[in-house]
Amino acid sequence: MKKGTLRQILLITDGCSNQGEDPVAMAALAREHGMTVNVIGVLDENERTDSGLKEIENIALSGGGIHQLVYARQLSHTVQMVTRKAMTQTIQGFIHKELQSILGAEKEIEDLPPDKRGQVVEVVDELGETMDLEVLIMIDTSASMQHKLPTVEDALLDLSISLHSRIGQNEYALYAFPGKRKQVEQLMDWTPQMKDIHTIFPKLSSGGITPTGPALKEAIEAYQKKRSKRGLLEDGGYFEESGS
Amino acid sequence: MAATSKNQAANVPRGTRIRGKWNKQSYQVIKKLGNGALGTVYLADSNRGNVAIKVGIDSMSITSEVNVLKQLSMVQGTVLGPFFYEVDDWEMNGRCYPFYVMEYINGEPLFSFIERRGKEWLGILMLQLLRDLGALHREGWVFGDLKPDNLLVEGSPPTIRWLDVGGTTGMGRSVKEFTEFFDRGYWGLGTRVAEPSYDLFSAAMVMINAAYPQRFERPKKDSELFLLNKIEKSPLLNAYKPILKKALKGSYQNASEMRQELFSLLQGVKSVASNRSPTSSKSRVKSRQKRQKPKKQKRSGWIETVLLFAFILFFYTLYLVGHVF
Ligand SMILES: Nc1ncnc2c1ncn2[C@@H]1O[C@H](COP(=O)(O)OP(=O)(O)OP(=O)(O)O)[C@@H](O)[C@H]1O
Ligand SMILES: [Mg+2]
Repeated sequence: MKKGTLRQILLITDGCSNQGEDPVAMAALAREHGMTVNVIGVLDENERTDSGLKEIENIALSGGGIHQLVYARQLSHTVQMVTRKAMTQTIQGFIHKELQSILGAEKEIEDLPPDKRGQVVEVVDELGETMDLEVLIMIDTSASMQHKLPTVEDALLDLSISLHSRIGQNEYALYAFPGKRKQVEQLMDWTPQMKDIHTIFPKLSSGGITPTGPALKEAIEAYQKKRSKRGLLEDGGYFEESGS
Repeated sequence: MAATSKNQAANVPRGTRIRGKWNKQSYQVIKKLGNGALGTVYLADSNRGNVAIKVGIDSMSITSEVNVLKQLSMVQGTVLGPFFYEVDDWEMNGRCYPFYVMEYINGEPLFSFIERRGKEWLGILMLQLLRDLGALHREGWVFGDLKPDNLLVEGSPPTIRWLDVGGTTGMGRSVKEFTEFFDRGYWGLGTRVAEPSYDLFSAAMVMINAAYPQRFERPKKDSELFLLNKIEKSPLLNAYKPILKKALKGSYQNASEMRQELFSLLQGVKSVASNRSPTSSKSRVKSRQKRQKPKKQKRSGWIETVLLFAFILFFYTLYLVGHVF
């Protein structure tokens, strides 16, 4: 199997979108482009909102990713865990397809005798460790998120510690919505090192609108720009196959 | 992610028969031992006697743990983790739950053991842990999620055993699972690359946790200084300061280096004992008296008690080393 690149969009938000395109539709579009959309919902300590919950779940569902609701306090551990799980899930999905082409349709990993599953897991582990990864992080900076932003910053640094401990290469880009002038603002262009983010974070200004849909649309465009810049072939799959 | 309320495997009543779909072995549930993010562990009766069964929902993560347990069970000579018996699926109410069967470790949680038997056991059990970690590392693995919840003290002579290989990671890869307090990445004191020094950091944090059962959060910066401060403020930890400091800094290349130095520290236990402030020794004696039921122990006998400990510790250490080298 050729090694390739995994592409993720990580959306960190605390509530409902209220402007622009339907974020669930944009997530579905991202998935068509071979990205997965993962959503982390950040709750306040004594918050019991079910309002934003459905949207968060639906975005992840149609984006082929996973979602997790979490209190700000536990954010660090969650961000790296969700990213990791999402990678595993994407790789599993791919291997699942390979398996079906070998074993015949309708075969699940669970149909293999337990003793044979070990090899499948080893392949998933191996890929998760060695594949290159691109994560576009999209942060909701609307008013209600303001006091949670320092925790978000910690969580992103923590994520980079985990990802840099992998064998594969990583690249990150950081966006915020709503931006100062535009709906979505780029904070950090693609870079292999997520550092100095504390120099960007305090500059964030928070506003009342939450354009989640447009943010996801922007994320897709950012990925496409990156691809064409590199002049790589588009394959529309989960993996960008490199090599011949 | 998956709602746990739907997971019927998380609350299997006593007496339930778990029968494997593939190998047809059956197990009768005696009681629940504990549960975690990835599954529930039961004590069960089988034709092998008592066993521990971990029943999960996600066959990938169960399989991943089985991969590790299988390999560890193949290591000759040392017992690393619970012995692995078999893996299978359990079909119940139209759902399929993957499970695996392992040795039941009938032990006591590390800290409750130390609380009951005395603080001097901390160093001794750490010697054992470091020996086992050394063996694990030589096999090409790093434990990863080392924490008191995953450590039990079993049998007589008391032996430390570890559970939960969910975090066990091949050398050089990124650690699969960890717990913040014991993770050097959380403290900003290193990467999450699986290497011996990762486990040694966690081992040091386990010792620190013994002195601070409530744990504590990281400071905004200078966490190394912060941790050193915590060590200095604790009479228990002060005795281990040199090795804790080095383990936190990541200065040890391997477990046996740290073990060797801990061993030398314990040999000099007499000086450690005499360095102790009378108050801490007294309170130690007091708690012993409480446990041992009112023996006719003189209040002033604490010096003898400390010396006696020193002796026992010294011989026990010799005994341990005799087994290893
Ligand atoms: N072999 C065993 N013998 C005795 N007790 C066990 C055994 N394995 C697990 N346990 C008990 O079950 C509990 C949960 O097991 P384990 O830690 O493997 O689950 P987990 O899903 O990995 O949890 P987490 O990842 O949250 O730590 C343990 O803390 C321990 O008390
Ligand atoms: Mg555990």
